[in-house]
Amino acid sequence: MQYENVLTTCVYCGCGCGIYLQVLDGQVVGALPAKGHPINEGKLCVKGWNVHDFVYHPERLTTPLIRDEKGGELREATWDEALNLVASRLSQIQATAGPDAIGFLASAKCTNEENYLLQKLARGVIGTNNVDHCARL
Amino acid sequence: MDRLALLQDAVKKLLDSGEVDGVLALRADGPATTPHLFRPGDDLDDLALWPKYAIPQIMDVLLEADPEVSLGMVTRGCEERGLIEMAKRNQVDMDRITMIGLACTTDERDECRCAWPFPTQIDVGEKVEGIADSLVAEHESLSSEERARFWKEQFDRCIKCYACRTVCPQCFCEVCVLEQDLWVETGTLAPPFPSYHLIRAYHTVSKCVGCMECEKACPADIPLTVLYTLLRRDAEEMFHYVPGRSVDDPPPLVVETMWQGD
Repeated sequence: MQYENVLTTCVYCGCGCGIYLQVLDGQVVGALPAKGHPINEGKLCVKGWNVHDFVYHPERLTTPLIRDEKGGELREATWDEALNLVASRLSQIQATAGPDAIGFLASAKCTNEENYLLQKLARGVIGTNNVDHCARL
Repeated sequence: MDRLALLQDAVKKLLDSGEVDGVLALRADGPATTPHLFRPGDDLDDLALWPKYAIPQIMDVLLEADPEVSLGMVTRGCEERGLIEMAKRNQVDMDRITMIGLACTTDERDECRCAWPFPTQIDVGEKVEGIADSLVAEHESLSSEERARFWKEQFDRCIKCYACRTVCPQCFCEVCVLEQDLWVETGTLAPPFPSYHLIRAYHTVSKCVGCMECEKACPADIPLTVLYTLLRRDAEEMFHYVPGRSVDDPPPLVVETMWQGD
């Protein structure tokens, strides 16, 4: 029997609470608030306590999905295929309608560093200041 | 030898004896600690003492996951008492648990305002006497009206995160009434006074051993153990029952119900 706790950051909001995921024989079985963590000081909200529930949820997306035509069905795709599609469509829109035809929505569920990269992509690569937060979507 | 070194020795001895498949204890993880199952041959350098977690509940999960496994556990007074109450209600099998008794220090006792900071058998640490909860004494100086106002103000801060219920080793009902609209109206915050908190308080009677985990986990800093300590005292006065004292003491609510039924 192997039981250990893995420190991670709650993905539900921008607070960044420290969470231990309880791992029993390779399976995530629960979440605990990290005591002594500077953000949450051993406390969690109801979402944090249940953050492990989606890990093995049958409806969890495990691959990207692509809708080939408007109104069509979503189909499973590889990451390469999905990212290539996004890159080519964004380049196309940038070339035909200009960079300000594109907007970027950052997320509280990402780290500061990931959000930095997103705005870098928006400003440095696409060339737009249209960066906003997903809560204003 | 300091307390940690003594504990490392005791854990190593138990693991080396071959009597257990692992020892549930705390592991140092940077500035924090985390519950961890140490296995035979594991490095014990990162064994840790404090802050404690609600590990009786984790023991329940581990024993249930593998019916063949026998485990050791570094056990403080409250944790031993918690296991005893769980055993009475068929949540854990004491025959599959080997305890390494750890006495709490004065600092640890004071942080928990603990009346009983040591296990039955102390293997590591030195016994320090318990203290009376100063918040309880403060609360008792209030009139009935002031008490009602005090708890109303406390419970008004509740964000209904269920942490007090979720973290509690004594909360093991498959279906929790606190999640049922009949008893606790859903969709409002704070939960309507005093349904959530008084139902939970009644449900702790004869089970709560004062481990303090609910109060420590409360994001609203509600002094829950004050309420539970007073209820524990009432139950002791009325039924001479002390939760966690002995695995042989039958819980009073069960006994009284049987007597009523005769």
